[in-house]
Amino acid sequence: MFTLKGNRLPAADVKNIIFFVRPRLELMDIIAENVLSEDRRGPVRDFHILFVPRRSLLCEQRLKDLGVLGSFIHREEYSLDLIPFDGDLLSMESEGAFKECYLEGDQTSLYHAAKGLMTLQALYGTIPQIFGKGECARQVANMMIRMKREFTGSQNSIFPVFDNLLLLDRNVDLLTPLATQLTYEGLIDEIYGIQNSYAKLPPEKFAPKKQGDGEAKKLQLNSAEELYAEIRDKNFNAVGSVLSKKAKVISAAFEERHNAKTVGEIKQFVSQLPHMQAARGSLANHTSIAELIKDVTTSEDFFDKLTVEQEFMSGIDTDKVNNYIEDCIAQKHPLIKVLRLVCLQSVCNSGLKQKVLDYYKREILQTYGYEHILTLYNLEKAGLLKPQTGGRNNYPTIRKTLRLWMDDVNEQNPTDISYVYSGYAPLSVRLAQLLSRPGWRSIEEVLRILPGPHFEERQPLPTGLQKKRQPGENRVTLIFFLGGVTFAEIAALRFLSQLEDGGTEYVIATTKLMNGSSWIEALMEKPF
Amino acid sequence: MDCYTANWNPLGDSAFYRKYELYSMDWDLKEELRDCLVAAAPYGGPIALLRNPWRKEKAASVRPVLDIYSASGMPLASLLWKSGPVVSLGWSAEEELLCVQEDGAVLVYGLHGDFRRHFSMGNEVLQNRVLDARIFHTEFGSGVAILTGAHRFTLSANVGDLKLRRMPEVPGLQSAPSCWTTLCQDRVAHILLAVGPDLYLLDHAACSAVTPPGLAPGVSSFLQMAVSFTYRHLALFTDTGYIWMGTASLKEKLCEFNCNIRAPPKQMVWCSRPRSKERAVVVAWERRLMVVGDAPESIQYKQLTIQVLLDRLVLRRLYPLAIQICEYLRLPEVQGVSRILAHWACYKVQQKDVSDEDVARAINQKLGDTPGVSYSDIAARAYGCGRTELAIKLLEYEPRSGEQVPLLLKMKRSKLALSKAIESGDTDLVFTVLLHLKNELNRGDFFMTLRNQPMALSLYRQFCKHQELETLKDLYNQDDNHQELGSFHIRASYATEERIEGRVAALQTAADAFYKAKNEFAAKATEDQMRLLRLQRRLEDELGGQFLDLSLHDTVTTLILGGHNKRAEQLARDFRIPDKRLWWLKLTALADLEDWEELEKFSKSKKSPIGYLPFVEICMKQHNKYEAKKYASRVGPEQKVKALLLVGDVAQAADVAIEHRNEAELSLVLSHCTGATDGATADKIQRARAQAQKK
Repeated sequence: MFTLKGNRLPAADVKNIIFFVRPRLELMDIIAENVLSEDRRGPVRDFHILFVPRRSLLCEQRLKDLGVLGSFIHREEYSLDLIPFDGDLLSMESEGAFKECYLEGDQTSLYHAAKGLMTLQALYGTIPQIFGKGECARQVANMMIRMKREFTGSQNSIFPVFDNLLLLDRNVDLLTPLATQLTYEGLIDEIYGIQNSYAKLPPEKFAPKKQGDGEAKKLQLNSAEELYAEIRDKNFNAVGSVLSKKAKVISAAFEERHNAKTVGEIKQFVSQLPHMQAARGSLANHTSIAELIKDVTTSEDFFDKLTVEQEFMSGIDTDKVNNYIEDCIAQKHPLIKVLRLVCLQSVCNSGLKQKVLDYYKREILQTYGYEHILTLYNLEKAGLLKPQTGGRNNYPTIRKTLRLWMDDVNEQNPTDISYVYSGYAPLSVRLAQLLSRPGWRSIEEVLRILPGPHFEERQPLPTGLQKKRQPGENRVTLIFFLGGVTFAEIAALRFLSQLEDGGTEYVIATTKLMNGSSWIEALMEKPF
Repeated sequence: MDCYTANWNPLGDSAFYRKYELYSMDWDLKEELRDCLVAAAPYGGPIALLRNPWRKEKAASVRPVLDIYSASGMPLASLLWKSGPVVSLGWSAEEELLCVQEDGAVLVYGLHGDFRRHFSMGNEVLQNRVLDARIFHTEFGSGVAILTGAHRFTLSANVGDLKLRRMPEVPGLQSAPSCWTTLCQDRVAHILLAVGPDLYLLDHAACSAVTPPGLAPGVSSFLQMAVSFTYRHLALFTDTGYIWMGTASLKEKLCEFNCNIRAPPKQMVWCSRPRSKERAVVVAWERRLMVVGDAPESIQYKQLTIQVLLDRLVLRRLYPLAIQICEYLRLPEVQGVSRILAHWACYKVQQKDVSDEDVARAINQKLGDTPGVSYSDIAARAYGCGRTELAIKLLEYEPRSGEQVPLLLKMKRSKLALSKAIESGDTDLVFTVLLHLKNELNRGDFFMTLRNQPMALSLYRQFCKHQELETLKDLYNQDDNHQELGSFHIRASYATEERIEGRVAALQTAADAFYKAKNEFAAKATEDQMRLLRLQRRLEDELGGQFLDLSLHDTVTTLILGGHNKRAEQLARDFRIPDKRLWWLKLTALADLEDWEELEKFSKSKKSPIGYLPFVEICMKQHNKYEAKKYASRVGPEQKVKALLLVGDVAQAADVAIEHRNEAELSLVLSHCTGATDGATADKIQRARAQAQKK
């Protein structure tokens, strides 16, 4: 297995070469290059192409234009729409989804999302109720209903696992991803980036491996690792105490060996060794990561940035030019950081006053280059950056009704989802929470302010499959974020799942696992 | 009473056989069977006969007739053969007649002699002609294997999903093999061929020599081979008059038999009676028939499933009988009744004497929303019979847009196809229609069509962005979308223009567009950019170095770093860089240069709009404590403690904090009291704290 790269394919003594690709035009160019630079004197190799998740006419047309379409014996599709990332998490990993849907009017990823949901229903039963908020959510629901009609006849006789499906547009909640995530996993993602559940970390703090010194340390992060499962969703400030407690438990466990006297006891101890050693390795890794993160979070600049974010989110001074942002620009801090903050301010003020907006834009263009006028326009089109229209700021109403800002946040033993941002409760997750209890009827007014329609659809079940709920049995809601979801939001949903009287467990699906920076970056346009 | 065993004849030592007529053929053949190509479908299916005038050197003055009979010889169809010479005939598993022509074209006919379609076996076959061909059956369907005049094999394992495979060359093969057959092993089709005393097995990748185990010696050629219907067994007839019978995998011999006849047999086939464990090979010569039996074989195959049986009834248009069977067997609707109804509907649309409305209504009444019925298949059949309007009516009942679209396109109802494609949400389908429309309509009409379909328009724009930039511009122009036009020209100024004049001109077009879009900000910013570009060009000419495409900020910085302070000042004024940012900029640049003298002069030029803490910070960053201390004293009271701590003056920081009576500052200083000499300071702070608490 090789990663797709231009030029000639690596030498390998094989008869068949299969390309596994996303249906993207630029990838077709690379593939054509591969095929055309095959050594004609060497043995003839057969080419096949598998599009993930679906074949694309445009791509095949492109291959045809490049004169290589005929070289492929098989042109098929591998309809992998949703990729499982964890026991409760699925992602389409489609980077471009948000931009395509909200900027370019290209709904391909919504179609794939609907297809993925149909597959999920084929495996886990028809989901009896669909709720949604937002334009894209509406479209996905429409496609699902249409697809269901197309399949009439193949009656699904599987007992439904999910009680509800909640489809949420990312643009219903543009705010949350812009804020810095403060959970352990969220911070790893903010600082180092988590790609396909792997993080690359600076090697200094880790015990050196024998070879490849100086290379980034690559760690896989998922709930299969016991310790990580325990701390990933905690506020970072609550991680230290868990780690030190764990350290004590582990060293106590190792001390046990002195108490092992009989052969039986020693055998018992030895049988536990592999598990203990794994736990010790895991602890060492996470202690190192926590130290790395702490270096960042205790820096003055991190503190200043967080202060500004929290001021905006709690509604302080959102309507004038912010000093810190100004200084960041003047010192040429990374553009993405600046854009995140300006967008956050804009969203927390239902748009900026024209004068303030123009000032920021002018500062950015002068400092970072005029080419960013395209990026700024993209952000405006996506609604992340905009002038306030009608001179009305709706954010305070939304904030108060949905209780987005909580002053008394408990980071160690949280009682509310707002712990994931140390005060700010993610809007998206609050919507999910309120839907499950007491229902959206209680927040009709706010729902009308937020963009896009909200709706409810029922998919009738055959009588034999209707669920009879035991008292105390939780509902299971599949929540699908169209346009991306952050680790902090996932943490908040897991927190809700674990609440004893919560009544709802969540399984999360999304077009892409993302954070504010990767999100903004995907919206940026670099003309040269 | 006759003796029951009267007509039984002994076969070998322990078996007997008898010969009797099951039924007589109803046909009235005009031709000798030996002059015909004959193909009989398996499981008592139809028989096709084509008099073969091409075999003899006789000039084909008369066109031959293709006759199709039922298994009992009832004539089903008869048609004049108008195409090229046919090499081989065969029936597919779906009872379609495959006629392989000499040029590699395969013509497909239905049971009733209706032409279905044709396909080609590829260029190589066309060039070298077909020497011999076989139609064979696998679990995937029916395949065609061709031996070309160049002695190469080409095959397709499933004519329903045509994928041509050119088999590897057989080394040293100069003439046609003495005999060959297709095998199916491990779900892959192979070819077994005999060349002189050797047997070769061909698969997709390689040609390998094989030897049947326990073959009697002295063989110099194989005259005939036969493989059983299930591909499990193989029989070989050698020039020594031996018959070898074994497994098709060539791993095991079942038996061998010397018949002492060295003449090549006309035909050799495996046969067995249902439920019988006896398997046998029947060998036929001109005037002799021989049955050779083998060891008992326990596995029975049930190939003729109920589905196939139903298909056969449907093919014979016995719909009511088929439905009764389905109901009797309680088959699920999708597999049973609805499939038969769909077939009935396909037949119904061919009744030309009934009006479109009536046919559509009749079909919908009978089929309704019956699960598993494909209205598009029925519509396709209607269209095939030239009934376009009926097809469109039928398509309205089709719930799957993906199925509606291709047929609508075929019927040239592209606009209807477009809206159906959009409804489905399948963007690839929309693209399919768009590319169709683009070729079909003139540009103006195409654009108008797009205009009424926003989703299609967005997709087409995306397409143009990648493939046809000029068209994208035209689209924006048509919609008076000046904002996007502006962005378009901005992009163009980077992508397509090299020279500065060209770039500026593109930017001017962009600025004009932004004005039209009433986006004053973007227009002005673009004009600023033009001004900057020209200026950078001049700077490069006059000062040398690289200025083009630097941001304004970086241009000023570069000027300062190059010692062109006056020019930097001028540029900052021209572009009205805010004071605060200019101070940050200068501060950073001068510190980078380590021009401490100039920095100090700058700090005193007027009161700093950014305070003096940044001066302290930047000096410390360059590890110049001496310079840092100069500025620490000028830092305002609010940040004084921070500044003093930065330069390491813990004692004075403590004094200021105590003076401020600020608890946060006090703890900040205390946290810095780490050195050995800081003990006194720490005590001092603790005392001050204690005092503050008393009050």
